[in-house]
Amino acid sequence: MTTQRSIPHNNLKPNLIVIGNGMVGHHFLQQLVESGAAEQWQVTVFCEEPRPAYDRVHLSAWFNGSSADELAMGTPELYREWGISVRIGDKAVAIDRDQQQVTATRGEQLPYDRLVLATGSYPFVPPMPGHDRKHCLVYRTLDDLAQIRSAAEGASRGVVVGGGLLGLEAAKALHDLGLETHVVEFAPRLMAVQLDEDGGELLRRKISELGVQVHTGKATELIDDGEQHLHRMNFADGESLETDLILFSAGIRPQDELARTSGLEVGERGGIVIDSQCRTSDPNIYAIGECALWNGRIFGLVAPGYSMAKVAAAEINGEGAAFTGADMSTRLKLLGVDVGSIGDAQGHTPGALSYRYSDEAAQTYRRIVVSEDRKTLLGAVLVGDNSLYDTLLQYALNGIELPAQPESLILPQSDSTAPLLGPDALPAEAIICSCLNVSKGQICNAIDNGAMTVADVKEVTRAASGCGGCGALLKSVVDNELEKRGVEVCTDLCEHFAHTREELYHIVRIEGIRSFQELISKHGRGLGCEVCKPTVGSILASCWNELITKTEHIGLQDTNDTFMANMQKNGTYSVVPRVPGGEITPDKLIVIGQVAKKYNLYTKITGGQRVDLFGAQLHELPDIWQMLIDAGFETGHAYGKSLRTVKSCVGSTWCRFGVQDSAGMAVALENRYKGLRAPHKIKFAVSGCTRECAEAQSKDIGVIATENGWNLYVCGNGGMKPRHADLFATDLDDGSLVRYIDRILMFYIRTADRLQRTSVWMDNLEGGLNYLRDVVINDSLQLADELENQMQQVISTYQCEWKATLDDPEKLKRFRTFVNDDSNDPQIITIQQRSQPRPA
Amino acid sequence: MNSPINASTTQWTTLCQQSDLVPHSGVAALHNSEQIALFYLPGETDQIFAVSNYDPVAKANVIARSLMGDIEGRLMIASPLYKQRYDLQSGECLDAEELRLKRWEVRLREGVVEVGGTC
Ligand SMILES: Cc1cc2nc3c(=O)[nH]c(=O)nc-3n(C[C@H](O)[C@H](O)[C@H](O)COP(=O)(O)OP(=O)(O)OC[C@H]3O[C@@H](n4cnc5c(N)ncnc54)[C@H](O)[C@@H]3O)c2cc1C
Ligand code: SF4
Ligand code: SF4
Repeated sequence: MTTQRSIPHNNLKPNLIVIGNGMVGHHFLQQLVESGAAEQWQVTVFCEEPRPAYDRVHLSAWFNGSSADELAMGTPELYREWGISVRIGDKAVAIDRDQQQVTATRGEQLPYDRLVLATGSYPFVPPMPGHDRKHCLVYRTLDDLAQIRSAAEGASRGVVVGGGLLGLEAAKALHDLGLETHVVEFAPRLMAVQLDEDGGELLRRKISELGVQVHTGKATELIDDGEQHLHRMNFADGESLETDLILFSAGIRPQDELARTSGLEVGERGGIVIDSQCRTSDPNIYAIGECALWNGRIFGLVAPGYSMAKVAAAEINGEGAAFTGADMSTRLKLLGVDVGSIGDAQGHTPGALSYRYSDEAAQTYRRIVVSEDRKTLLGAVLVGDNSLYDTLLQYALNGIELPAQPESLILPQSDSTAPLLGPDALPAEAIICSCLNVSKGQICNAIDNGAMTVADVKEVTRAASGCGGCGALLKSVVDNELEKRGVEVCTDLCEHFAHTREELYHIVRIEGIRSFQELISKHGRGLGCEVCKPTVGSILASCWNELITKTEHIGLQDTNDTFMANMQKNGTYSVVPRVPGGEITPDKLIVIGQVAKKYNLYTKITGGQRVDLFGAQLHELPDIWQMLIDAGFETGHAYGKSLRTVKSCVGSTWCRFGVQDSAGMAVALENRYKGLRAPHKIKFAVSGCTRECAEAQSKDIGVIATENGWNLYVCGNGGMKPRHADLFATDLDDGSLVRYIDRILMFYIRTADRLQRTSVWMDNLEGGLNYLRDVVINDSLQLADELENQMQQVISTYQCEWKATLDDPEKLKRFRTFVNDDSNDPQIITIQQRSQPRPA
Repeated sequence: MNSPINASTTQWTTLCQQSDLVPHSGVAALHNSEQIALFYLPGETDQIFAVSNYDPVAKANVIARSLMGDIEGRLMIASPLYKQRYDLQSGECLDAEELRLKRWEVRLREGVVEVGGTC
């Protein structure tokens, strides 16, 4: 795949070789390109893994359906664009420092002028007898995950050895794979590095309640054959535990093999020794990331690695820079439990004092460690609730003076509680994003230079693109700064309502409001406009599903909803009957032809697998619909911000590749959700196998058949701004598929902005896909029942609005071109083109 | 109130019935081969407005199918095709100065809508 240059390299530029293409190695390349230095060097990268750099921090997302592509950070295309040669799947096997050469896997030798080692680390596997048995695995690379998934097939129980941060992540993965999951930890508590005793104990309780069994103070001595399961783990205390799968997560070791064999200085317990310029004992060689040892310390997080990458790039570029250590604070969600650890969490600083607050009812624990004079925050532990994390971190990082009663920071909300640190209280040097080292000052600069949204600021500063933990803080800083600069962050719907769409939705639901007049008289002012009327019309329809042709709703509707047809440029309408799943009988097709012929309509097949009839005048609509309804058609809602079509392929009933009845599913889904009104139109598609003939991955809701059920994709879009849908869940049975779609759509209806398609909604949803999964699959907001009930209500009150209109002579009165004359609009003139009429 | 002109000089003709109107919305009527869009704002005193049904931007007879509302206190309609807004009292386009809808005097008498001259 890679473009390999012939040897010797282009002689005009000095050679820079980077060994390791992990997160830090990639960041280094990025820094090099951004500083312009990449052009001065002939850059070659050794990448041992079979794919370029990916987001290891979010590795576990792979089990939740994120593909390797979604985790990718570097791609062959990107590197080509950067003019960097990356040797994918090629491991550097030796460094000859005298000749300044690196030996590749196949013996090839490449000269270097400067060399950067970014080889990361490898999982430590305790060398107990039996550690190398079948299905004894580690958790570090995408390939490891694939092995874990296949080992988990047919397994019923899994054990993670190691109760640290990574071990608990691994436990979640096993739990999600449906295994009975155990964690075996040598130390007396979980996360011994980051938490104190009480915090570790609470975490253990919460995790046990989630069904993961925790065994602390257990030393494994031997693994041999089990009776019920593949293995038996024998502990030093004489007890044992059987399991089918073992994951070792007992710490990491720096990958310093090349440094050792080439005689570079390494630490006693491993790690390539570097100075503050990230130089090793050989001035032409740098080391960065988890393989580097600075001041006797290894940094097992991505943020310090990124700082080192930046320093090394600056050094190589001839600019001075220094690595000065890094903050190791972490905030995580482990198995759904918030855990935060800041600075000196365990109070090792001499003279340090602690305050603790523990709430057994709510299962939260907070501890702060303060200096002897009680003026500065040294560290903190949070379990069960991370809402104070940002504030505490800012106190600790920026040395902000503590309030007179430091405990007020962690006590429950009351009048004496210290307020959360607002963005204003932060000094310009305050680091907002510690992964990318972005300060509040840099964010303000970006805004002064024209960034107007969080997305703009992210693009300029790259804040929040590391671990993402600072997203909420970043947003509040940006909003605050914009506001200070007089940029009004006005979220009012329009001049008639000082509310957002979401707020109005809640008001309508909670107060049971049934009409626009009622809503505007209670919560708005004036008469309304072209923005709020259709928005409220849509909210009322989503909530109560009354006929949009009811007198009090008529004036609210957008052009097309008013007459339940799509107005075309000459004022005539097009008519689209529903054809669920695109499946239609010959008899119905014939009727469509007869209608078109009788009313001289231009006929075209739509992209949604149905037929559009153009050129009907207002007064002709009722007669046209009478004919269609008599033949068994229903309205297609082509005019509404509502469910449009569910496109499908024929699937297993006809296609030799099909694995499920996609057409049948499409018909069922279309009939279920027809008539559902939403902030914008919604399109579905169902494909019968991964060949994806129905193009489901470009739809709001896409369903693709698998051998075992259905894969669900969400928030795709074609149109002006295409968006590939996100894989939401895999191998669902029919019931779960429908349940998830119910919840997703109702959550969209509830929270989206007006005229916001699901794709844009997803792009703006804080927490993104994972958040939506949490809400829909794990029911994190405890909304699932409510959402399903609301959907059920819409479904059970469905009626074809054209049929209801034809049954009501009073409503039909509106369908007149002129109220005082039966003639046609004389200015509508058509001519023939390709044997059909079209506007003159 | 829609008529700045002295009512006694106006010739009133019947256009349609009040029951043909749709509250907070519009209908079209034919008047001497011209198309009039009638908008109806019910209230303590019912208000009716008569403007040309011809949309000068879309070049089609669609104004009667506009959405009705107000903006900064001015009554307005928003055209259905390209969404230009027009002041209902003056016919002025709020989005393009040079555009203006023709207007007629109109009144309601005993359930009948009557139209006078253009204004
Ligand atoms: C499951 C998991 C969750 C994590 N969660 C977090 C978190 O929440 N927050 C956080 O800050 N950190 C987290 N980390 C740690 C974070 O991923 C690491 O700090 C980061 O990846 C280190 O980057 P690196 O480039 O130094 O090393 P790596 O990402 O390990 O990259 C090193 C690369 O070099 C390659 N390599 C090694 N030797 C050679 C050679 N001789 N030739 C060619 N290539 C070679 C390796 O194959 C590897 O691909 C997590 C890690 C894991 C595994
Ligand atoms: S998606 Fe699969 S089942 Fe459907 S038509 Fe294509 S190949 Fe056949
Ligand atoms: S692509 Fe443009 S021209 Fe074609 S139907 Fe859509 S809006 Fe109209």
